[in-house]
Amino acid sequence: MTSTGTIFQREINSYFLSPIAYVVIAVFMVFSGYFFSVMLGLTQETTLRYSLAYTQFILSILTPVITMRLFAEENKTGTIEPLMTAPITDFEVVFGKFLSAWALYNIMIAPTAFYIIFLAWVGHPDYGAIVASYVGLILMGALFVAIGLVVSSVTKNQIIAAVIGIVALLILLVLGLASSGNEGWFYSCLRYIGTYDHWETFTKGLIDTRDVVYYVSFTALLIFIVVRIVESRRWR
Amino acid sequence: MIKVEQLAKRYADVYAVDRISFEVNQGEILGLLGPNGAGKTTTMRILTCYMPATSGTATVAGYDVFRDSISVRRQIGYLPENVPLYPEMRVREYLTFRAKLKKVPSRERKVKIDECIEKCRIKDVQHQIIGTLSKGYRQRVGLADTLVHDPKILILDEPTIGLDPNQIRQVRQLIKELGERHTILLSTHILPEVEMLCGRVIIINKGKIVAMDSPSNLATQLRSGSNIVLEVRGNGEKVKNALSGIKGVKKVVWHDKGEIGNYMIEAEKGVDVREDIFSSIVKNNGVIREMKQTAVTLEEVFHQITTQEQEVTT
Repeated sequence: MTSTGTIFQREINSYFLSPIAYVVIAVFMVFSGYFFSVMLGLTQETTLRYSLAYTQFILSILTPVITMRLFAEENKTGTIEPLMTAPITDFEVVFGKFLSAWALYNIMIAPTAFYIIFLAWVGHPDYGAIVASYVGLILMGALFVAIGLVVSSVTKNQIIAAVIGIVALLILLVLGLASSGNEGWFYSCLRYIGTYDHWETFTKGLIDTRDVVYYVSFTALLIFIVVRIVESRRWR
Repeated sequence: MIKVEQLAKRYADVYAVDRISFEVNQGEILGLLGPNGAGKTTTMRILTCYMPATSGTATVAGYDVFRDSISVRRQIGYLPENVPLYPEMRVREYLTFRAKLKKVPSRERKVKIDECIEKCRIKDVQHQIIGTLSKGYRQRVGLADTLVHDPKILILDEPTIGLDPNQIRQVRQLIKELGERHTILLSTHILPEVEMLCGRVIIINKGKIVAMDSPSNLATQLRSGSNIVLEVRGNGEKVKNALSGIKGVKKVVWHDKGEIGNYMIEAEKGVDVREDIFSSIVKNNGVIREMKQTAVTLEEVFHQITTQEQEVTT
């Protein structure tokens, strides 16, 4: 696992050596701050619940921008070749890359802690709900990053990786939203697959094992798929 | 050190490598020579465990490339074609990263990296960003990376491609030095390189081995008789007749007819006719201004072998 750490370190450094990290963080702060102030003004409630609901859309767009380069860039420049001929396993590479993107995601959402301070200053927020929201946010991030990683591993083109990743995440989001209010096994299936319902429980202040299992297992499955995709060059 | 048996790699319906077998002995520099698309890179990628073979086996330092892939990779320093590097990293930072990946113990890491930097003469750029380096430096950074874990075997894919003549010389010199301590398999389509560096050559064309020997042996093997270039002052007609009469001479071509004549003489295989030519010209009152035997270069051998192959297959 030491190689995972090495990969992680390189990827994180590389994020902050290129403009990607700064651009993504700045864009996120602009939009999340806008939603926070607007929702606070509209509802007059000291909660993050409503602003975070909108934040999901921004995260769906920004996370694939974080993950787009992970494999697509290496596939394009050919650096995948020295990387994969080093004495490390495919899983170590994939997991290191996953962790680095997930870390950047968490760094990106970290400045929103300021909103909590602000809420505490103007009123009495429900800290339990806020903690649960952040647990949800971080777990959701893992899933988003894993989806972005899958897309990045199948292409050489970063733009394509980003666009397909965004579309995939938005579909996943809309899947839950569009089927809410409908009955029947079909719609409840869609609701289960979609991220929205799982995410909503967290914002209500509930850490439900079902939702945790959903995020963790979905993420693990996708990481497994990426390992297989990376491996697949061996049998192509 | 490397043993390849009946190795084949198929892409869809085309065999990129078609059941080749060869061995690389310890301490040897072996050149894989072939036109573009002959299967050199594919062979190397199989040996470095980047992709598996369709059939056949390959062992590197006693480990099977398919079953013991990680152990094989520990023994190999691989320089891929065009030397892909991370452009945003600094040279030293990159080498540290690679050393960590290759499990160089942290205590030895600094010393090992310093050694490689020294050997590859990249000390003056060690703190520069790789993206700003010239091709020659990038090549040497790539070489430093292949050396960092002190592997027994180096596999270099076209190590001098895209360099200017001075850089080519430096890189070749470096490879020559490395050959003293490592077993090297290198691929190229530049012939003088092979003649200069390699003890043994494999010529590969369309996925098949078409010749395997030392560069000079290959040249003699294919020498279909030597050519002699001659410049003589004297009676042209007389000289020509005299030359044609020498035993072992197959053909005489006379051009530049005048007081000074130029001749191209083709002799039979394995016969040295130079002394006979001298005496017969002197007998005919000619004066030899120049006599030169042209050796068959590897270039001609290569051309002959690879085009022969084409004639057979088409």
